Order: sequence, then C-alpha cells, then structure tokens
Amino acid sequence: MDIFLQQLINGLVLGSVYALVALGYTMVYGILELINFAHGEITMMGAMVALSVIGALALAAPGLPGVLVLGAGLVVAIPVCVALGLLIERVAYRPLRHAPRLAPLITAIGVSIILQNVAMLIWGKQYLPFPAILPQGRHTLYGASITDVQIAILLLATAIMLLLILMVQKTRLGRAMRATAQSRQVASLMGVDVNRVIAATFAIGSALAAVAGVMVSAYYGLAHYYMGFLLGLKAFSAAVLGGIGNLGGAMLGGLLLGLIESFGAGYIGDLTGGFLGSNYQDVFAFFVLIAVLVFRPSGLLGVRVVERA
Amino acid sequence: MSSVLSLNKTRSRWLTFGLLALGLALLPFLVDAGLGRSWVRLLDLALLYVILALGLNIVVGYAGLLDLGYVAFYALGAYVYAWLSSPHFGLHLPFWAVLPLGAALAALFGVLLGAPTLRLRGDYLAIVTLGFGEIIRIFLNNLNAPVNITNGPQGINLIDPVRLGSFDLSQPHALFGYTFTGIHLTYYLFLLFTLMVIFISMRLEDSRIGRAWVAIREDEIAAAATGINTRNLKLLAFAMGATFGGLAGGLFASFQGFISPESFNLMESIMILCMIVLGGMGHIPGVIFGAVVLTLLPEALRYTGDWQRNLFGHVYIDPADLRMLLFGVALVAVMLYRPAGLLPSTRRRREFADAQG
Repeated sequence: MDIFLQQLINGLVLGSVYALVALGYTMVYGILELINFAHGEITMMGAMVALSVIGALALAAPGLPGVLVLGAGLVVAIPVCVALGLLIERVAYRPLRHAPRLAPLITAIGVSIILQNVAMLIWGKQYLPFPAILPQGRHTLYGASITDVQIAILLLATAIMLLLILMVQKTRLGRAMRATAQSRQVASLMGVDVNRVIAATFAIGSALAAVAGVMVSAYYGLAHYYMGFLLGLKAFSAAVLGGIGNLGGAMLGGLLLGLIESFGAGYIGDLTGGFLGSNYQDVFAFFVLIAVLVFRPSGLLGVRVVERA
Repeated sequence: MSSVLSLNKTRSRWLTFGLLALGLALLPFLVDAGLGRSWVRLLDLALLYVILALGLNIVVGYAGLLDLGYVAFYALGAYVYAWLSSPHFGLHLPFWAVLPLGAALAALFGVLLGAPTLRLRGDYLAIVTLGFGEIIRIFLNNLNAPVNITNGPQGINLIDPVRLGSFDLSQPHALFGYTFTGIHLTYYLFLLFTLMVIFISMRLEDSRIGRAWVAIREDEIAAAATGINTRNLKLLAFAMGATFGGLAGGLFASFQGFISPESFNLMESIMILCMIVLGGMGHIPGVIFGAVVLTLLPEALRYTGDWQRNLFGHVYIDPADLRMLLFGVALVAVMLYRPAGLLPSTRRRREFADAQG
C-alpha cells in the first residue's frame, strides 16, 4: 500500500511538471501546427537563469527566507524566457509560416542546438546544484512520504493550469487564441491580430516553461545545460498522448506519463518476474504511448480530424 | 544536323561521367594530400551518411512518412554485424553473408514498425517512430543481463573488418606500385555501396512504386482512390528505408571495429533528417549534398580556433564548444534563406513558388 501511494505521489508531482511543459507544446501546435522543438530548451534556460539569481541572492543576503529567494529567481526567469520565446518566434518561425512543413521543424532543431550551446558556454558543462534554501520538511501520509517541495509543486501547477483554462475560456485573448487555432484566415478577417495572438501564445508557453524548469531543478536539486532535451521530449510525448492541440489533453497526458513512469519504475520488476529492471522505465512509458496511439490515433482527448479529400 | 548535335550531347554526357568517375576515384588522394588523413576518414563517414540519408529519403522524402526513429535500423544492422563477426559470440562469418542478414533484419523491423502505425499520420507517426528508436536503444543498452547479448553500454569491440578471402581491407596494401591504406580502400568499398544505393533510389523514383509513393505523400485518399494499395506501399517504403539503414549499420560496424548504444541516439536520427531537409527533400542530388555538407561542417568548424587567432590574436572560445553553436546557426540560416532546401527538386521549387505567390 505504501509503495503504491508513494509511486502515486511521485508520479503526480512529476506528471504535473510534464503537464506544464506539455501545455507550451500543445498551445503552439494548436495554432501553428508546429512542433516547437526549442521549448524544452526554454525550460532549461528558465532553470539556469533562476538558479543563477538564487545562487547570487543566497550569497549576497544569506538571511533571506528561501521562499522569497525562490520567488526572486522566478521573477527574473519568467521575463527572460518570455523574451526568448518571442525572439525565437520572430526570427526562426514567423518567416517560415508559408514554407514547406518540415522547414520550421529544422529551424526549431537549430534553435534548440543554439540554446543548448549558449547555455553550455555561459554555465559550463557540469551539473549545477540547486542551493539548499527551501524548507526540507517531510510529511508521512499512510506510510508514504511527501516533501514540502512536492506539495508546493503540486499546488502551484494546479493553480497555474486552472488559471490558464480560465484565461483561454473567459478572456478576450483566450477567445482570440481559440479562433486563431480554428482558422487563422477567418480569425484575421474578424479583426483578430493573428501575429499578436501567436506571439502571446509563445509568451504564455515560455512563462509556463520557466516555472516548470525551476520546479524540475528544485525537485531533483540539479540543473544542467542538457536537461531540456529529455524533459522536452517527454513533455511532447505527453502532449501527443493527450491529443496534441488540446489543453485538457496536455494536462491529462502529462499526469498520465508521470504516473506511468513512476509506476513503471516501481512495478516493472515484479511484472516481468525480475527479468526487466527499473532501467526499462522509459521503454515501458514509450510502449504505453505507442499502444495508446495505435488504438486512438489522435491521442486520448484529440478530436478525430476528418480527412479532407 | 540534329544527329550531329545529339552525338555531341551523348559524347559530352560520357565526358561528364568520365570526369566524375575520375574525380571520385582520385578524391581520397587529393583530400589526403590537401587536408590530411583524418579527412579521408570523414569522407568514408560522409559516404555512410549518404546511404543513410538516401534510405530515410525514401520514407520521408518520397512517401512523406515522418520517421524520427530511423537510427534504430542503423543500430540493428550494426549489431547484427557485431554479433556475427566479432569475438563477442565467437562467430566470424564473412561480411558478404552478414551485411545482407543485417539489412534483412532491419527490413523486418521496418515492417514491424510500419504495420501498427499505418493509421497514424504526421506528428503522431513522428512520436511513435521516435519511441520505437528509443526502445531499441534502451534495449541495446540494457540487454547485458541476465543473458549478455549486447554487452550493454560498453558496446561490442574487436569487430572484424571487411575481408575478402585473405584480403583484409583494414590493412595497407601495395597495388599498382602504390600503397593503399585501410581508409582509402574503405572509401572505395563504401563508394561502391553508395553508388548502388543511388542507382536503386534513382530507379525507384522513376518507377511505378516511386510515383505511387509521391501520390501517397501528396494525398493519401486520392492515391487510394486511384487504385494504389497504400498499405503495402507504405510498408514497402518503411522496409526499403530500413534496408539501407541496416546496410549502413553493418558497414559502420566493420569500419569502426567498435559499436555501442551511444552511437545510435535520437540526435543521430534528427541529424539524418536535417541532412535530407537541408539538402532538398525527395531530390537525390540534394540529399547527397545535404549529407556530405552536414557530415563535414562540424569538423570544418573546428578551424574556428585558427580564425579567432587570426582575427583577434587570441582564442576566446574553445572551438570544440563553439562548433555546435555555429552548426545550429547554420541550420537556422539555411532554412530561413532556402526553405525548400539547398538543392530542391523542380517540383518542390514550383510548389513553393505557388505557395508564396
């Protein structure tokens, strides 16, 4: 029971981080049908910038409470990531909006290589430790343990996702985004400034990525210039699992992927009679992903796209 | 009059062919003399990537199926070669038996991957193929216990080089009064396979099958309506692409003498995709060009240290750290200025002009 609950908690925490990153992928995809390969690197940049600020603050004012220092890190990381997202959209994607489909994919890959290497030049190749500024509280819940950091991640991620849904459903910008996703041309005929909406989408996605990056590095206690690659890959898989282009799908896909991973790591040895160890957890995750897509080709919540003749 | 002209035309065509053949035959010696031995090795690698890129071009360029797990077939070909001719299992079968086996196993896996994914399209297919590639890599990484099949992350080494009878291709040989080193001989072997793959690609492109693939790429429903068996042809595209991947894998294993799962990661798949998109998708000269440029570019960028010294009198950034950054910049810049690729096919250029106009 306690192992089950423990894996459930770990899976939910990890999954909510995946969901935040996946939202960035899915929003951009919904509007531009573009896999923004550089999104994982924006997450990494968020983590790195926040880490630098936190490190500098912890050194300059050692007495400051941890939450405040972390908040300062976020306050700097979010605008940096938003600016980065806007810049990438303007330079690498907007000129290619009418180009063959794979051209922006290649520029996205190029941008992600650039960001990785810039980060490597700035912060070096070693793993950066996350300063021990956060409360190290640990609670026991029916035999499973949950840390303060985990609780904070869960609460913050849930709050952000609720706000995002509210924004997309209720505000003018949200309506413009939904209209643009349905048809760029018609939306612009209705007076929606499509370029502004696309820029706003990138800005929101990048802000979410910054938060997620800080969460991941706080959770694992590490940051690295290469961390965005795998994180982005998993988040993108999560977005596809849920049905890409669908906000609810990205959240569901993220949570599911987190759960699959942690349960896979916990139980795969028992399931296969000890033949496969927890080093196969990614295999397990990808198998589930493939199986879901084979039976539901548009993802779990994806709308079945009608073939245009 | 016209017969004279056409005679001239055939003659000039043969002349071009002759010059091209001569150039390709002399290339390793020119490169060796001009740039050094390490560049001959790169030339060998570039030929391998041409084979890989042409293989992926069948899947992505002709049939329009976005495959991000192509490196899995490359890995399978390499591991089959390593299993059957290295001390790992104590087997030392000749390369002419092992290479086709590796290619055949890769083709089988191509069909195995293709069959369940026939209904998927676009980016969903991309993520499934990506997952497939990762699954293969993770298995290669972990199948050293309980039974040691792949030797895990350490990989397999002491793989036999290509041998014809007692003629060992990795050793220097004196032929026609000149000493050919192993990498020179490998160049000719790889060139032979590359020319074969180019020939097959060209014949496929002009065939019923190739045109059916293009039809599927442009509009699958219309293709099916005209009587094309889309299921079989998509599977055939996967199988053909995988065959070339497996072949390249076997050649890679024999060339390096050592393989490990590290060589077959997702970035490698992405690189091969970049080669065909950057060169010009679905266009054989473009794909070849893209493969050669992207293989040589990162190495050429190692010279940035010298440039820095010449320009500023000091090396500010280690060229090893700078070269991938510049590589990324080059990818973005080429796509921005030539979105259809460096050498696009006539059809794509026209399509693009239409879309712009």
